[in-house]
Amino acid sequence: MAVKDAGRAARSANRAAAREPERQADSAELIQLLTPEGERVEHPDYPLEISADEVKALYRDLVIVRRIDFEAIALQRQGELGIWASLLGQEAAQVGSGRALGPRDMAFPTYREHGVAWCRGLDPMKLLELFRGVSHGGWDPSEHNFHLYTIVIGSQTLHATGYAMGIQRDGAVGEDGEAVIAYFGDGATSQGDVNESFIWASVANAPIVFFCQNNQWAISEPLERQSRTPLYQRARGFGFPGVRVDGNDVLACLAVTRKALQAARDGQGPTLIEAFTYRMGAHTTTDDPTRYRLSAELEAWKLKDPIERVKQYLIRTEQAEMSFFDEVDAEAAAVGSRVRASCQQMPDPAPESMFDDILTSETPQLAAERAEFAAYLDSFIAEEAAR
Amino acid sequence: MTTLTLSKALNEGLRKALESDPKALIMGEDVGKLGGVFRVTDGLQKDFGEARVIDTPLAESGIIGTAIGLALRGYRPICEIQFDGFVFPAFDQIVTQLAKMRYRSLGTVRLPVTIRIPFGGGIGAVEHHSESPEALFAHTPGLRVVSCGDPAEAYTMIQQAAACDDPVVFFEPKRRYWDKAEVDVEGGLAAALPLDSAHVLVPGTDVTVLCYGPMVRTCAEAAVAASNDGKSIEVINLRSLAPLDTETIFASVRKTGRCVVVHEAVVTGGIGAEIAAQVTQECFYNLEAPVLRVGAYSTPYPPSRLEEHYLPDLDRILDAVDRTFGY
Repeated sequence: MAVKDAGRAARSANRAAAREPERQADSAELIQLLTPEGERVEHPDYPLEISADEVKALYRDLVIVRRIDFEAIALQRQGELGIWASLLGQEAAQVGSGRALGPRDMAFPTYREHGVAWCRGLDPMKLLELFRGVSHGGWDPSEHNFHLYTIVIGSQTLHATGYAMGIQRDGAVGEDGEAVIAYFGDGATSQGDVNESFIWASVANAPIVFFCQNNQWAISEPLERQSRTPLYQRARGFGFPGVRVDGNDVLACLAVTRKALQAARDGQGPTLIEAFTYRMGAHTTTDDPTRYRLSAELEAWKLKDPIERVKQYLIRTEQAEMSFFDEVDAEAAAVGSRVRASCQQMPDPAPESMFDDILTSETPQLAAERAEFAAYLDSFIAEEAAR
Repeated sequence: MTTLTLSKALNEGLRKALESDPKALIMGEDVGKLGGVFRVTDGLQKDFGEARVIDTPLAESGIIGTAIGLALRGYRPICEIQFDGFVFPAFDQIVTQLAKMRYRSLGTVRLPVTIRIPFGGGIGAVEHHSESPEALFAHTPGLRVVSCGDPAEAYTMIQQAAACDDPVVFFEPKRRYWDKAEVDVEGGLAAALPLDSAHVLVPGTDVTVLCYGPMVRTCAEAAVAASNDGKSIEVINLRSLAPLDTETIFASVRKTGRCVVVHEAVVTGGIGAEIAAQVTQECFYNLEAPVLRVGAYSTPYPPSRLEEHYLPDLDRILDAVDRTFGY
């Protein structure tokens, strides 16, 4: 009996410790500039002067990226996409950080950064190509300074760090310098590559911002399976600053990321930003979150919606007429229609194209396989013609 | 012509690579002041600076991952993995990212990253310091895999790898680092054999022996021994394992009718197995005997007191050659 009690006590202590990160979220350490009720608050370290037009532009981004996401989920349900990784709930983290980037800054995304992609000017159809199975990405990263989606968890943080080391070698650090942002999630913080990238960036003093969207869930595993310490506090051990921002507050995400990027450009090295948010939907469309989390949690986070608070703020401060919201909704609907129509009309790639772009020149073996495959396909045409 | 060890020939080749392209970088563990544990990068940091010859943190995935990022920024990193058995922390970055990123980007990205790996046994080392993992990389589309066998080609091949716009995994025969030979360090690369070409090292008529890396010297010695027995071995140094120079291989086997593939790696699923399949398919009516493989047994690398039994040597090669005459 005593053994059982001791075991229970230990388990309970473990649970208390494991809840630590969540408890921290409500503390003063969370940087917030716009409350869930839409009230503007000041933070001494992050003064933000922002015009009505700029806030309205952010609102427009938020609404449109949510609409693209909504359409994509529907397209997956209708069999037009193989899978989709929804960003629902994370719009502010992505738009706030994405709009903090300068045109010459470079972003390294995971596979869920649809909002950042939008801010960088990437055609949403490129994202749908990937999830439909038409390409593995296929955009030119240098065109919008937005790297390809990376699916292996955390790998891109090292690529981002290497890229930042390249910026240093180009002498592009300084007042007019360039910076890199690496996106990843709470689950990725357990990966070796992410920890190695922290070490590399710190030792090299590389111009990089590590932007962790802590959406509380790595598929079915809650944050307590990844960390006993609040994620942003890990940065200290690696030798650079870490901050936690309300990930559902687009203004705070903008201000905090801007400051971190400028520090990186100025040669002050890396910053870890933990954007505290919540994955409102499933991990991907193949997932069923009702198996592992309570709906009460979801309901609580609904009250912290990243879009609604901006709308309330604009209305409350009379910075926007009701007609503005109607216009944005109409524009989002138009983007949604275009996404839907384009997706349904998207052709499959030519079969022979699977042999393209493996090395910069085709090897004899591959050329032979390509020819063999083409002849095999042709044999069906010949057979058909003979009938 | 200058007499150089293979290690020094690589060093001179790397120096040329750094001189000829300001974007070329060297990165790895202990490559700076120490000059690498095999001294292949000796003196380079002193001459080219710490920004171009980078002593990295001790983490192989980080070396390759950051090299990819540097390549995306326009640099040409030449990475050193200290020993064959330590490449595996980087295996994920090499296979899932380096090899596939060009394909993922539909050709918009190029990744000129060279990964130097000292490989093979015969030096009496502890575990993980004597392995031959080349087949794992040759099996992965999107990588070029090469191995040098002597100082002269070490000098040219490392420069060609550094200048190549594709990822190249460059296997260096560590037990041959101190072999000496004449190297033309004044000559340019124009006269050099292309990186993906095999080299007919010893012409012969009776049996084709294919090899690479540390086995090149052993096979050349076997050819001399066999000629005393009245057998003419054609020794081909493959040099490139992915892609394979099948044209040279098939031409030789069509001539000799016999083929033996020699490598230090285990034979199961190895380069020899691939060659045997291709030769059987393309040279079936020319073959007098099945293609034989001489390699390590399919065990983990044994403690070094056993390695002379484990590794192919001159006698095992000659034994296989003799067996091809038994059909």
